[in-house]
Amino acid sequence: MTRFILGRLVKAVFILLAILVFNFFLIHAAPGDPAAVMAGEAGAADAKFLADLRARFGLDQPLYVQLWIYLKGAVQLDLGYSFRQQMSVAELIGDRLPATLLLTGVAFAVSLVLGVVAGVAASARQGSWGDTAISTFALLFYATPLFWVALMASLVFSVWLGWLPGFGYSTIGAGYTGMAHVLDVATHLVLPASTLGLFFMAIYMRMTRASMLEVSRLDFVKTARAKGLKRSVIQRRHILRNALLPVITLAGLQAGQIFGGAILTETVFAWPGIGRLMFEAISQRDYAVILGVFYISGAMVLLFNLITDVVYVLIDPRIRLTS
Amino acid sequence: MLRPIKLAAAALALALAGPLAAQDGTPQAGGTLNVVIQPEPPGLMIGLIQNGPTQMVAGDIYESLLRYDHDLKPSPQLAKSWEISEDGLTYTFMLQEGVTFHDGEPFTSADVKFSVDVFLRESHSRMRTYLTHVKSIETPDDMTVVFTLNQPFGPFIGIFEPGTAPMIPKHIYEGTEFASNEANNTPIGTGPFKFEEWEKGSFIHLVKNENYYMESKPYLDEIYYHVIPDAASRAVAYETGKVDVLPGGSIENFEVPRIRDMENTCITDKGWEFFGPLSWMWVNNNNKPLDDVKVRQAIMHAVDREFAKSALWNDLGKLATGPISSSTRFYDGDTPDISYNPEMAKQLLAESSYDGETIRILGLPYGETWSRWAEAVKQNLAEIGMNAELIPADVAGWNQKISDRDFDLAFTYLYQYGDPALGVSRTYLGDNAEPGSPWNNVANYQNAEVDAMWNEAALMASPADRKAAYKTIQDKIVSDVPNIWLLELGFPTIYRCNVKNPISTALGVNDGFRDTWIAQD
Repeated sequence: MTRFILGRLVKAVFILLAILVFNFFLIHAAPGDPAAVMAGEAGAADAKFLADLRARFGLDQPLYVQLWIYLKGAVQLDLGYSFRQQMSVAELIGDRLPATLLLTGVAFAVSLVLGVVAGVAASARQGSWGDTAISTFALLFYATPLFWVALMASLVFSVWLGWLPGFGYSTIGAGYTGMAHVLDVATHLVLPASTLGLFFMAIYMRMTRASMLEVSRLDFVKTARAKGLKRSVIQRRHILRNALLPVITLAGLQAGQIFGGAILTETVFAWPGIGRLMFEAISQRDYAVILGVFYISGAMVLLFNLITDVVYVLIDPRIRLTS
Repeated sequence: MLRPIKLAAAALALALAGPLAAQDGTPQAGGTLNVVIQPEPPGLMIGLIQNGPTQMVAGDIYESLLRYDHDLKPSPQLAKSWEISEDGLTYTFMLQEGVTFHDGEPFTSADVKFSVDVFLRESHSRMRTYLTHVKSIETPDDMTVVFTLNQPFGPFIGIFEPGTAPMIPKHIYEGTEFASNEANNTPIGTGPFKFEEWEKGSFIHLVKNENYYMESKPYLDEIYYHVIPDAASRAVAYETGKVDVLPGGSIENFEVPRIRDMENTCITDKGWEFFGPLSWMWVNNNNKPLDDVKVRQAIMHAVDREFAKSALWNDLGKLATGPISSSTRFYDGDTPDISYNPEMAKQLLAESSYDGETIRILGLPYGETWSRWAEAVKQNLAEIGMNAELIPADVAGWNQKISDRDFDLAFTYLYQYGDPALGVSRTYLGDNAEPGSPWNNVANYQNAEVDAMWNEAALMASPADRKAAYKTIQDKIVSDVPNIWLLELGFPTIYRCNVKNPISTALGVNDGFRDTWIAQD
């Protein structure tokens, strides 16, 4: 087990470097650079202004030198400096990460739990009206574009009903502390987290249901029934445990995305997370920030893939790890 | 069919804009103003960064010597009075007494000289150009500044607004590297509001400057600028009462009528006179067949600008009559006819060298309105028998394509800064056409006769002479049609009617909320 994990970690470092190099060239291939964007926003600039900016940003160096400087820093966990935001990238990401973790973490946990429960419930009575209802809802949320759900949720619950704040992380200028602050953030969290969660819940539900139905037709389930085991025990111990593997694979993939943020949800709900940070950085060609976010989310995806593999072993003793 | 309704809406807009001019009631002190800001500015140090959102916040923090009313007439700000010599060469400014920066240090003529001569000359590209006309800046005493020019430069009196000539504290910046000075994160000026906090991605918080030198001003206690990245969410923010002011361009145009009709909601398109935002399509005069004046004229007459104004711009703004915006000095509306006339366009096209080439149109990546507009123009061209295609680009890509001259027609709009010599000539001067910049003479219009006239007009001492010179220039350029002029854009500011005086100068929300107050009841 230890050898497996160590081997994977070594591989992960190389994959991560490859991700950085690939993305470095990808973003430099996009037209325009951060200096031109900044000058563009000013609506007027002479050649000296642009040259000064490029020199300050290090963009006057050849591309391979820029890449070398970046990789040298990245290996030492130095993510560079955002000249646009006048802050180090590590600090920028550190500022935004808690908001993203809260949003995606809550959405992930809620969608996984509810999705699996709904999937099990639907599969238990296949073809009943309950199954049809759950499946229809899941299909609906699965097929509806996220941004539309977000806008409609904000329209209904914020504009029409006035129950929940439509955007932001907390009430600006209210100066809440302690419990009041927690409650304030929680009410701001409801709309973005449910918007983001609904889609994933639908996926988990459909996956769980399909997987449960498939497993329930296998011979060992028949044997369990023949032994006279209780229906609920068969469902839980025999079918669910076997049916969970594909769900875990999917959840492992999504858990990696938790750190990458939820670009759309964060933009619509003005949630100050790193998904939005990256989205804005891309349109502003803020190279260091884009690479920084790729770095962090790349590392997280690799880490969660590893964790997923380990969890397989814990759930299904038939699986052996080999490096 | 829809037009009468849209016109009625426009009439309503004008009616609502009416009360603004009158300062209704006695100002009441206190209150918090919530304003949308879009996009989030990259920094607030206006001497280093001059984009729109930066100036909107920095206009509260920094001040210049003068301010300008809606007719661009100067009035006192940090200068309490000024004199211009007969020959137009010497400008003497007498400064306000008792002005301090937010850190308590006094503001003196040394700060003026440092700001203009050292800081802005180093870091402000527009100011750098204007300063080529300045021979010397002298400070005979703490309260007097004398600018001596090389030759008369009429626009000079018009450059003392916070976006062009902000007054920067010498004691903080002298001898430092300006761009990397730590103080840029906590900007210090003389303005009515002080910087308090900036939570990146959420809000910028300014508080009242208690030691402001003008009696009882400012009225507001604090201002929050809310960063909301999605246009629909910005509309929601107003609808749910989270923000009170939507500066021009914060919401999509198609949402304006709905928001405008809300209770306690006022709208005005004032406060843009200094900028005079004029939209046009660059025509790549290097490319065939656009080097043929008949083709350009045909396009000019083919574009239905009245439709764009009513369908896309809620009937705000005006049809451009040429290169100069009507709020800019020396505007002349009596230029050769460039109105919508598809029949004439077809005829011109038939006489021209156009031979079925596909015209590549680059739209402006600034939201729905601009995308639709590019589609409408494509349609207009098809109607007179021209083939056209749209080229997609994001903001950075658009900049790059314009700089590289990689287009046939390209949408843009630029500010004019109140004077043709400051904001218009740069677009048409023949020696300012080097590729690599998106705001010089991108079209590569070459007319030596007009070039000479531009250069003379900028340096004439008498305004009457300048007016006559610019009249000829406008006539000549309009008959050459180097670009396809579209609209003088109307950017409506939408606000709650109990917010009084949100806009009091030609710079509008970009000049700070010094005179703004909230009626409490």
